[in-house]
Amino acid sequence: MAHRFGRLGPLDLRVAEGETLAVLGPSGAGKTTLLRLLLGLLAPDQGTVRFRGEDVRAVDPAALRRRIGYVVQGGGLFPHLTAEGNVTLVARFLKWPQERIARRLDELLHLARLPEAALQQYPAQLSGGQAQRVGLLRALMLDPEVLLLDEPLGALDPVTRFDLQADLRTAFEQLRKTVVLVTHDLGEAAFFAHRIALLHEGRIAQEGTFEELARAPADPYVARFIHAQRAPLERLR
Amino acid sequence: MILALLAVVQIGSKAFTESVIVAEMAAQLARSAGIEAVHRRELGGSRILWDALLRGEIDAYPEYTGTIAQELLPGQGDLRDRVAGKGVVMSRSLGFSDSYAIGMQRAAAERLGIRTLEDLARHPRLRLGFSNEFMDRKDGWPALRAAYRLPQRDVRGLEHDLALRALAGGAIDATDLYTTDAEIAAYDLVVLEDVRRFFPDYEAVLLWRKDLPAGAAAALRRLEGRVSAREMIEMNARVKFRHDPEAVVAADFLAGALGVRGAAQIEGRARRIAARTVEHLELVAISLAAALIVAVPLGIAASRKPRAGQVLLGAVGLVQTIPSLALLVFMIPLLGIGARPAIAALFLYSLLPIVRNTAAGLSGIPPEIRDSAEALGLPRLARLRLIELPLASPAILAGVQTAAVIDVGTATLGALIGAGGYGQPILTGIRLADLGLILEGAVPAALLALVAQALFELLGRAVVPRGLRL
Repeated sequence: MAHRFGRLGPLDLRVAEGETLAVLGPSGAGKTTLLRLLLGLLAPDQGTVRFRGEDVRAVDPAALRRRIGYVVQGGGLFPHLTAEGNVTLVARFLKWPQERIARRLDELLHLARLPEAALQQYPAQLSGGQAQRVGLLRALMLDPEVLLLDEPLGALDPVTRFDLQADLRTAFEQLRKTVVLVTHDLGEAAFFAHRIALLHEGRIAQEGTFEELARAPADPYVARFIHAQRAPLERLR
Repeated sequence: MILALLAVVQIGSKAFTESVIVAEMAAQLARSAGIEAVHRRELGGSRILWDALLRGEIDAYPEYTGTIAQELLPGQGDLRDRVAGKGVVMSRSLGFSDSYAIGMQRAAAERLGIRTLEDLARHPRLRLGFSNEFMDRKDGWPALRAAYRLPQRDVRGLEHDLALRALAGGAIDATDLYTTDAEIAAYDLVVLEDVRRFFPDYEAVLLWRKDLPAGAAAALRRLEGRVSAREMIEMNARVKFRHDPEAVVAADFLAGALGVRGAAQIEGRARRIAARTVEHLELVAISLAAALIVAVPLGIAASRKPRAGQVLLGAVGLVQTIPSLALLVFMIPLLGIGARPAIAALFLYSLLPIVRNTAAGLSGIPPEIRDSAEALGLPRLARLRLIELPLASPAILAGVQTAAVIDVGTATLGALIGAGGYGQPILTGIRLADLGLILEGAVPAALLALVAQALFELLGRAVVPRGLRL
């Protein structure tokens, strides 16, 4: 598929059920455009997006999106709702019974290690890490089949980032969901993902495990991208 | 309230003292005959009153034969028949004539040797100030200038009572007078002789619709031939210089001349202010509510389709540039006089702030918030209701608040077209140079604007979600 204004593609990318795929690349490589295409927020100029084999254009977009959890960069929380209001918004819209909402919320709190008191806070009162965790809860509320994350750790300080990283991976492992995670950070991609797709100027430069990319870069750009992110740490040794 | 008004006889008056007094007499006479009557005072000039009479918005009003013959129904034939052709009955003369005349301060006229209108032609540098209606009436300034070949260039239009005060103060040298004006004696003015008999006769009469109940018509006819010019001048003087209410002056006359008593409806200040407050609130509340219902959807549409939105904002912005007075007057042919045209004009004025703030509030929502809302799988309307409108609510509310404050102020102009409200005492007060009356309208209007402001602050706490106020 391809998208002209998002400067993406043409490219062909498949995500297997239950795997965690990291889409890696510098800013401007088309990572966010890719996620927006998967969600149907954008329509491809060419080609098709298929979800479990079905062309997404044939599916009601709102219903499709409820089967996909999306964590926006920075959390994207609605400032006029409390954390709980954010998390339960769609469930309430779908008229879930109260006890079902409470039960689900309980499971999620445990999973995302969010203090219960934070639920009554408004986004402006939450720390960056908490806001990101609430964003994750909101994406997981309806128990979606697929989880998309856009730079989930992007704007966090190193300590918060480290804590959340570990919690996120635990969550992915427990949930066994199909995850597509967008990041510009090689370490993050390697930490989370079974498989990495390195995006360069809208195309997939290489696809494979971290070891494959590091051992046998497909082209000079892949080699440089990996070297640039590993070298600073190696210099310290 | 509008339905209740239909059941009673409505007597209109023009926006000058004599007309108000005579209409008040007519209303009191009708009441004395057991007919419910209201006096809708100071509705405007001759044309507005005449049209309102033909449309049935009022049932009767005082007029002058010269005005009917020259301005309202120019043509040949008997005046009474011409009027009857329009479904209107004209009374016999009330007993006095109130002609147009041109007057100057006595000292100035004597110094320049001006005695007649012909003499005016020899003094081209005189500053003339005429009442606005006289400036463009067929029997007014343009025809007078042609008849006497008057050369003056410095000619301006003023409100009649202000023109008289300007003349007394020396700001202008000559103005149009009504021959029953109390100021002629009080300010020691001379009336320039109309040697070419330019001005026709202006006998005071009452006009009423043919469908007026016979009892009411009979009551009005009791005034025929009963008011002398001297009595009229005295009554004008009492109102203008002693600031006696017109209703009291009219009642005193009726008691003396016709033995009619107790038909005056004189409101105390508190009741007057209360009545004006109700009228004012009605104007503001209805127009604002209607604007809210229309403008918020328009604002939503404008934010969805930016290009069409620009056109829309341009259009409602254009309405805002029409001077409020002009907009009110444009409404008269469409909606007549009274509260309806005023509400329509205020409604149009309220659109811009609400449409613009709604559109701006919605467009200002950050893209990541929009994306999250859409990605969550909420349908369009649910996104609008649950996310976008709450987020835009502070901006929308600010727009409504602006509209409300503008409305409270602009609604005072509604009195010019018979809508009542706080503008009524201001209008009368300006005419009578009565500061107390002006303040009776201006102070409550200012207070109401402050109350509206405070009310919307409170409303903000109820409507704007708490999370947005952190």
